Amino acid sequence: MDTIDKKLLNLMQSEIPIDKRPFKILGEKLLITENEVLKRVNKLKNEGTIRRIGGIFNSRKIGYVSTLCAAKVPENKIEEVASCINSYNEVTHNYIREDEYNMWFTIITHSEKSLNSILEEIKNKADLDEIISLPSVKLFKVKVALNFGGDDKN
Amino acid sequence: MIKALDKKIIRRLQEDISITANPYKEIADEFNMNEEELIHKVKDYNKSGILKRIGAILYHRKAGFNANAMVVWKIDEEDLDRVGSYMASINEVSHCYERKPCGSWNYNLYTMIHEKDRESCNKIIDNIACTVGAKDYRILYSTKELKKTSMKYFG
Repeated sequence: MDTIDKKLLNLMQSEIPIDKRPFKILGEKLLITENEVLKRVNKLKNEGTIRRIGGIFNSRKIGYVSTLCAAKVPENKIEEVASCINSYNEVTHNYIREDEYNMWFTIITHSEKSLNSILEEIKNKADLDEIISLPSVKLFKVKVALNFGGDDKN
Repeated sequence: MIKALDKKIIRRLQEDISITANPYKEIADEFNMNEEELIHKVKDYNKSGILKRIGAILYHRKAGFNANAMVVWKIDEEDLDRVGSYMASINEVSHCYERKPCGSWNYNLYTMIHEKDRESCNKIIDNIACTVGAKDYRILYSTKELKKTSMKYFG
């Protein structure tokens, strides 16, 4: 990954122009051709640095509700519990973290009622004593981009 | 009110946009629309705030961010707005939320910090803790990603 790749990643995390030729516009900002941008972006996507290029939506504005959940899962049950939890489309993220509460996952769905029933269902199916649910009250910050250095600070 | 066609387009935009010269032309064709019409709609979603942006989502670890810490803080209610705003102002803090505590888990402020390694991550966290005078907090490093997807709205 060279400086131009890093600058491209910085730019593309913040915003890809909504335009007929989005990659041409990105190229103009970096003084490289559209073809060069496409070549680099395809490479970054193929090697897995870029997970997805697409729309990022505001779940609340769409009318969805979300929460952060945590559970204490014994080491030898992690795989089984994870496959149960991850089978829900409404579960978008799931991480193992170093704590007594070791499994952390997010649920996004279309209503409060659906959220509660998913939580209850997971608790029963995965045979968990407790799931804590920590809905957000106030958003102070969501940073769009990881900074890769170079001149383009985000 | 979001109409049926808009729901379909929103669903499509949550998938990959092709890395080609005219990516919207391709999507417009799928919906039998013309390119201008589609771009106009996408811009409208963006203006209304439904669509935060069209952008790239990265694999943090592949991108060299190996230490990913969620720090949970117990902050006095009357200090919460001030401390939350302060933490949000720190460059290395990527997310900062006030959350409703649950039972004995009484932490109310949540921050995410992504760094190259734990050493630099811990240093940043130490600094924040000192500055705000926080005594009760926990650092939860992620050790395994079990799932990371985007929500399929209207899926």
